[in-house]
Amino acid sequence: MYAQMVKSTGAGVKSREEMSAEEAAFQDRIDADIKIEPKDWMPEGYRKTLIRQIGQHAHSEIVGQLPEGNWITRAPTLERKAILLAKVQDEAGHGLYLYAAAETLGVSRDELTEQLLDGRMKYSSIFNYPTLNWADIGAVGWLVDGAAIMNQVPLQRTSYGPYSRAMIRICKEESFHQRQGYDIMMKMAQGTEAQKKMAQDALNRLWYPSLMMFGPSDKDSVHSAQSMAWKIKMDSNDELRQKFVDQTVPQAEYLGLTVPDENLKWNEEKGGYDFSEPDWDEFFDVLQGNGPCNVDRMEKRNAAWDNGAWVREGLMAHAEKRAVLKTAAE
Amino acid sequence: MSTLYDFALRMGDNTLILGHRVSEWCGHAPVLEEDIALANTALDLIGQTQLWLGLAAEEEGSGKTADDLAFLRDAWEFRNALLCELPNGDFGRTLMRQYLFDEWHLLMLKALQGSSEKRVSDIADKAVKEVSYHVERSRDTVIGLGDGTAESHKRMQEALDYLYPYVGELFTPDAVDTAAAEAGLAPDLASLRAPYDEALAATMAEATLSLPDSRFAHKGGRTGKMHTEHLGHILTQMQWLQRAYPGAAW
Repeated sequence: MYAQMVKSTGAGVKSREEMSAEEAAFQDRIDADIKIEPKDWMPEGYRKTLIRQIGQHAHSEIVGQLPEGNWITRAPTLERKAILLAKVQDEAGHGLYLYAAAETLGVSRDELTEQLLDGRMKYSSIFNYPTLNWADIGAVGWLVDGAAIMNQVPLQRTSYGPYSRAMIRICKEESFHQRQGYDIMMKMAQGTEAQKKMAQDALNRLWYPSLMMFGPSDKDSVHSAQSMAWKIKMDSNDELRQKFVDQTVPQAEYLGLTVPDENLKWNEEKGGYDFSEPDWDEFFDVLQGNGPCNVDRMEKRNAAWDNGAWVREGLMAHAEKRAVLKTAAE
Repeated sequence: MSTLYDFALRMGDNTLILGHRVSEWCGHAPVLEEDIALANTALDLIGQTQLWLGLAAEEEGSGKTADDLAFLRDAWEFRNALLCELPNGDFGRTLMRQYLFDEWHLLMLKALQGSSEKRVSDIADKAVKEVSYHVERSRDTVIGLGDGTAESHKRMQEALDYLYPYVGELFTPDAVDTAAAEAGLAPDLASLRAPYDEALAATMAEATLSLPDSRFAHKGGRTGKMHTEHLGHILTQMQWLQRAYPGAAW
């Protein structure tokens, strides 16, 4: 999940009686699974919540280039380097589709970027964790993309047309990334003692941050009800987290790795695993800017933006000169 | 070692080292589209490296792989032109370096499509499509930034002044190049200079940039006689895992 704790209207879900005629007609369309398109009327809260959610997702793709990019120059084979480059390029592409989807709601990419850079907008907590050994690149694909897919597959059916269509494209690529990540883990888990150690170390560090990607428990999630009524959030945080654990634990076992949770146990009755909650204090610390890499990530993004100002200005100035010449010639 | 080996190594080391440099940009470009384009360029170059170094390894004949050549040689065994290993500098310098290389690369690959060696012409057929796009993009960017604002113009002129002394090496033949040309394997290097100069003159005119008068050329990369200090640092990153954990499969 690349969007966490997205603020909704904060006013709670309106009952039918409280809705205006427009709002009721809007809700009817959503209930009938008819997509909302950019030119359709929509409640202001729906528009704002979507901008926050899509924007946060887009920012996550952009910031997410950094932990993976961290290993591009150290990838151990030409093939791994090519795969990782292709993957990071895909992430940037996802950012592009998502910013384009957000633009249909009346906010420009530059406005969203400025809000990211000055801290008004967030990105997923997961990208504030470091990638420390090569197996982390496997674990990011396996766990982080795995968790993202868990959330994004249902979002292909989300009510807002451009968002839904972006998700359909993104999901195709993400499942490819996840397979690539698992493939790295397989190689490491079947490799030398040192490689097995790297794989276990990556799982130890990334397991709980991956569980955090689904956001806090439903009982503490104040914004979910309205988003679910609008179908911009399709499943609850806890449902998705459970699904993720149930899917991932057998994969870890297959790799011969140990999930770092002493309380992990199959629960026959519920047909799923019991597992420990992540440390939510740590999660809120990371959201507050106190994760291991927050400062570094934002410094890098700001530097890229500031150092690139002359390039953007130069190319714009050139395009304007060209336009003037063209007009003069006509 | 055969002429084909030496030749494939030079081609593959160029794309490997330049691809590595370009990949350093990942996530740091001035605008999202450029992040995508830089990653894409690096990806193409690394893909071409797999082909060229694969051919060199095959020709070497002792069971080595392209990865062995990329990750287990030391600096003096690398045969890339010095231009490829120079640090990225700012975005302008990176794109100027790319443009100066791309124009040469495209002329070279077009000539190699007619190589007497089928394995070479096959690689060239594939790479030429990618590189045609590279040169289109790097040329447009050099023109856009050269003829942009006063600041972008100044930075691009500085980039050109810094990089131009590394261009000559691309056209300076040695015994390997002469043997390759005589065998019909590769074109006469010097013959590529005139069309290159013509392309550069047109681009720089449009970019309002001035080509330096001096034709002085730094040399030593393609022969391995003397690389810059920068190459060793590239290798310490690139080869680290393979060197630290010998024999592991990744």
